[in-house]
Amino acid sequence: MNTSRKSFLTGFLFASPWIIGFLVLGLFPFVMSFYYSMTDYDLFQPPKWVGLDNYIAIFQDENFYKSLKNTLFMAFIAVPINLIACLLVALMLNMKVKGIAIFRTVFYLPSVIPAVAGAMLWSWILNPQYGLLNIILRALGLPDPSWLTDPAFTKPSLILMGFWGAGAGALIFLAALQGVPRMFHEAAEIDGANAWDRFRHITLPALSPVTLFQLIMGLIGAFQIFTESFILMGGSNGGPDQSMLFYAVNVYQEAFSFLHMGYASALAWVLFVIVVLITIVIFKTSMRWVYYGGE
Amino acid sequence: MRTKHSFGYQLRHSIIPYALLGAGGLVFLFPFFWLVLTSLKTPEDIFRLPIVFFPEKFQWSNYTTALKAIPFFHYVGNTLLLCAINIVGQLFSAPLVAYSLAKIQWRGRNLVFAIIVGTMILPPQVMMIPTYILFSKLGWINTYLPLTIGSFFGAPFFIFLLRQFYMGIPKELSEASKIDGASEFRIYWQMMLPQLVPILATIVLFTFVGTWTDFLGPLLYLNDSNKWTLMLGLQGFLQEHGAQWELLMAAAALSTIPMLILFFFGQKYFMRAGSTMTGFK
Repeated sequence: MNTSRKSFLTGFLFASPWIIGFLVLGLFPFVMSFYYSMTDYDLFQPPKWVGLDNYIAIFQDENFYKSLKNTLFMAFIAVPINLIACLLVALMLNMKVKGIAIFRTVFYLPSVIPAVAGAMLWSWILNPQYGLLNIILRALGLPDPSWLTDPAFTKPSLILMGFWGAGAGALIFLAALQGVPRMFHEAAEIDGANAWDRFRHITLPALSPVTLFQLIMGLIGAFQIFTESFILMGGSNGGPDQSMLFYAVNVYQEAFSFLHMGYASALAWVLFVIVVLITIVIFKTSMRWVYYGGE
Repeated sequence: MRTKHSFGYQLRHSIIPYALLGAGGLVFLFPFFWLVLTSLKTPEDIFRLPIVFFPEKFQWSNYTTALKAIPFFHYVGNTLLLCAINIVGQLFSAPLVAYSLAKIQWRGRNLVFAIIVGTMILPPQVMMIPTYILFSKLGWINTYLPLTIGSFFGAPFFIFLLRQFYMGIPKELSEASKIDGASEFRIYWQMMLPQLVPILATIVLFTFVGTWTDFLGPLLYLNDSNKWTLMLGLQGFLQEHGAQWELLMAAAALSTIPMLILFFFGQKYFMRAGSTMTGFK
């Protein structure tokens, strides 16, 4: 047996756990899902072929548009807002003062709370009458919205909850911030650049690769929002005026509340196409704003 | 000897930073205080206006009531079992797969790596329904198999993380042993794994946290409340005792304590994963 053949076998053998898993729990369900999306299937009767009917029905389904609109709001408004918050926290945590490690721990701490427990805590903090937030707002003479029951305020509630978890994203920014060579800043300072110029022309470009990474992870996360809506709204109903009906919640509801397995599979495939398209667009446009050092 | 700095210098280098960090830190910590304070109040204090910040007497009995209201330790036992199986699974497979992607030259490894990165981007909802159908045909609903089998195939994120780590280990190390006639598996087992201990600790922590906090998986596959994990149990508790905030907050606090303990002892391992990801281009 020659060496390249031997190393192929060894490599393949080492990778085989993942390869088997990919075939059985990846590729097979992936292909089956496409088949199911062309059928009417309730788990009990055998699947009935309906061709493209499910896909046609999606584009006439009000819930589809509602869930897509809610999800896109989270992806393109909530995620960028959250990234800015993460960056601000990272800049704070990058200050050179004694005891900064303690502050890093404090800001990261909320990120280790289980989503279910965190959502329970926030549904109490956001209680319109007795919740801490509205008590503070009233004390300051500010309006006190019914956060979780007013359809206009449910998604802002999620943005608020997202701020609390900004520590995790901030630490990723922080690691990148610390990778910016000091001499760049020193050289710019000698040349008379002020703090804002240095931030704008040195820090931001240096952070662009990690921003791209966080943006993509954030977008993917936005398309998976489920637990918060489920806990805060007490199920997959989508909350007041379905303002918390997100794409993943809608897929879950169609599949497991209504047992529309075929239709839900078609929804999942539309989601897949949307996510791939968004990822491609971001990668393509990223060439204009992402700067890789040393290339 | 200490040098005295001007007021302007102190303002910029210590007063403003500490003021910002202190104010921000308080805002980030406040929900935790609120969680604990609420869990120690009487029901009357919770719904009293103007607000009662500190209860006159801490109601520690809320915790014992919450522990009795749901089979808390039974759920904890179920969850720990799942955590243990998933940790064993990830430790078995992820380092093995990553090794073949980083240290063995073989045709197809770039393809495998590309697919692994691709699946990290794939929304799990696409796979959720067909996987559920597959498991239900196998008769695995209401068992722990759907919630654990995946670990034995290696999570893409861990494989990715480990691969980055292997890449940093000098080639000369394994080349020398290969010349001495050591098998690939022996090199992996005796030379590589010991060097990976810190990153394996990261994987143990992440798997534990991931399994402990998972909600959608158990929600899909576990109907029988006897098999519930702690997170499902919490959700069930919320639906039954919707307005008993003192008990709900006590249960939420209890379910969070293991995460806090892990975080305090394993901080550097949590942070390590973050900094490894920044090397991703």
